Amino acid sequence: MANSATTPSAAEAELAVQARQAAESSTGYWAGVWKRVRRDPVTIFCASILLLMLLAIVFAPLIAPHDPYQGSMLRRLRAIGTPNYVLGTDELGRDMLTRLLYGGRLSWFMGITPVALAFVIGTVLGVLAGYTGGKTNMAIMRVTDVFYAFPSVLLAVAISGALGAGIMNAILALTLVFIPPIIRVAETVTTGVRNLDFVDAARASGANAFTIVRVHVLGNVLGPIFVYATSLISVSMILASGLSFLGLGTKPPEPEWGLMLNTLRTAIYVQPWVAVLPGACIFITSICFNLVSDGLRQAMDVKG
Amino acid sequence: MFFYLIRRIAYGIPIALAVGFVCFMLVQIAPGDPINAIVPPDAPGDVVEQVRRDYGLDKPLPVQFGLWLLKVVQGDLGRSLASGRPVWSDLSSAIGNTLMLATCASLLGFILGCLLGGLAGTFRGSWIDRAAVTLAVGGVSVPHYWLGMVMVVIFSVQLNWLPAMGAGPGGSADWAWDWEHIKHLVLPTVTLCVIPMGIVTRTVRGIVAEIMNQEFVTALRGKGLTRSGVFLHVVKNAAPTALAVMGLQLGYLMGGSILVETVFSWPGTGLLLNNAIFQRDLPVLQGTILVLAMFFVILNLLVDLMQTALDPRIKRG
Repeated sequence: MANSATTPSAAEAELAVQARQAAESSTGYWAGVWKRVRRDPVTIFCASILLLMLLAIVFAPLIAPHDPYQGSMLRRLRAIGTPNYVLGTDELGRDMLTRLLYGGRLSWFMGITPVALAFVIGTVLGVLAGYTGGKTNMAIMRVTDVFYAFPSVLLAVAISGALGAGIMNAILALTLVFIPPIIRVAETVTTGVRNLDFVDAARASGANAFTIVRVHVLGNVLGPIFVYATSLISVSMILASGLSFLGLGTKPPEPEWGLMLNTLRTAIYVQPWVAVLPGACIFITSICFNLVSDGLRQAMDVKG
Repeated sequence: MFFYLIRRIAYGIPIALAVGFVCFMLVQIAPGDPINAIVPPDAPGDVVEQVRRDYGLDKPLPVQFGLWLLKVVQGDLGRSLASGRPVWSDLSSAIGNTLMLATCASLLGFILGCLLGGLAGTFRGSWIDRAAVTLAVGGVSVPHYWLGMVMVVIFSVQLNWLPAMGAGPGGSADWAWDWEHIKHLVLPTVTLCVIPMGIVTRTVRGIVAEIMNQEFVTALRGKGLTRSGVFLHVVKNAAPTALAVMGLQLGYLMGGSILVETVFSWPGTGLLLNNAIFQRDLPVLQGTILVLAMFFVILNLLVDLMQTALDPRIKRG
């Protein structure tokens, strides 16, 4: 920071440090995070893409040029760039651009909901395990170990395969997949915070467990858990669309990127570049979420 | 070491039991009576009752689990609803194919990942580093089933170099390591390898960069050791972690290849699972998941043991 030509004396350095600390505390933690994110072009770029996508899928009914369900056998599988059908048409003659816009709604919903649910449930269980320790910790962590013994894709396929196809079943399956890793992260950071001096001080001053967790623990553990959860969104999008791709999530004729990719597989020899479009959407979303998560991790200075 | 081995295996047994219980519960959480998973839907009522008694489905759940476990331990995974054949007979050939695909993919991913990660970690901040990191992020972010389709579009549809599906002229029955068969393996392997590649790249880059910053490397350089000499020391220190990551990736790929196998119609467990889901063939679903999960549990154990054996700094206790 200080790049003055002359070497400052010890007292001056001390003053500078104090001034910087005061300046930082006055702007606050989140302002500091925002300041760092703003200087990171990759994160800003990816976040803008995600924001644009979100706006596009939210306002899909306003901007979509056609009806997502109305097809016509007369205009099946048009190429990209066909007038009036900018991104071509699918195997039932429905406009691809329209279906991609509407499809994003379900894909995003099915990708983000499981992580959000797992974030809430996993944080509660993980903080509980980390703060109480002892037998509660044993019970929660050993059950978590069991779910860790399944590769994530396999567990998702197993649960939603047994429950049967359906959006809610897929979300339930994915939520169960993401709860154990979030519990582990929450438990680890909570155990670390629990042994810090200010928690002891709070306990000594007579605060009860609930207050300590609410005031002292959560404030210090939510950040790292949140950053970890955002890194799971990318996987969740891929898995959610993957379940639909296997016929386990959305059912036709509902537009959803994974399902569209599956039904368009038959068209791969006719209009290959139209057929791979929904997957490109999944890829862009997933990579943007990944990079934004990386950026957040750096900006929030979370280790691991 | 011997006691560590015993303790580690003893710790694995409850996990394996619990994994078995989760697999057992799969049929229980399926909507409808679990008996429908065993008898065809058009079976007469008295036959259904007979089967219910034979299978012990009239008994309480823990007893049922015990009975089921006894059968599984003896290698009896039940019969497929769709084909009527024992689940194990279909599963045994499928597992070989999946293992072959997953092994090839994780080996390729490991080699590429070590190469990229090693270069990135050594030349941190250079364009090589940035390129490797970009590839790694792409590898873990790409929906691999889509990548498989893109591969088919490019190499099968447009260029017509490689076959788009199957495992060779005779299906999976007469696999041989000749080009006629191997060319069917190329696209699925390349598609599947991007995930371990991404993860291994990230890991190796991190470790190498960390090791290069340590004092002993500076000391080795100061001693006058050549570049390749220093490199050897770095490899020795990075190997246990990198190998452990690869071992786990093999397990993930065994379970996670279902989507890629579906894209390429590769006759492995993924295709078997896919068909089982499609026909709601719960015994096949349950059996396949159980075997794959057990494979993963054992692999985890082996990786742990290997890491301890390779790296004397890890405490055995």
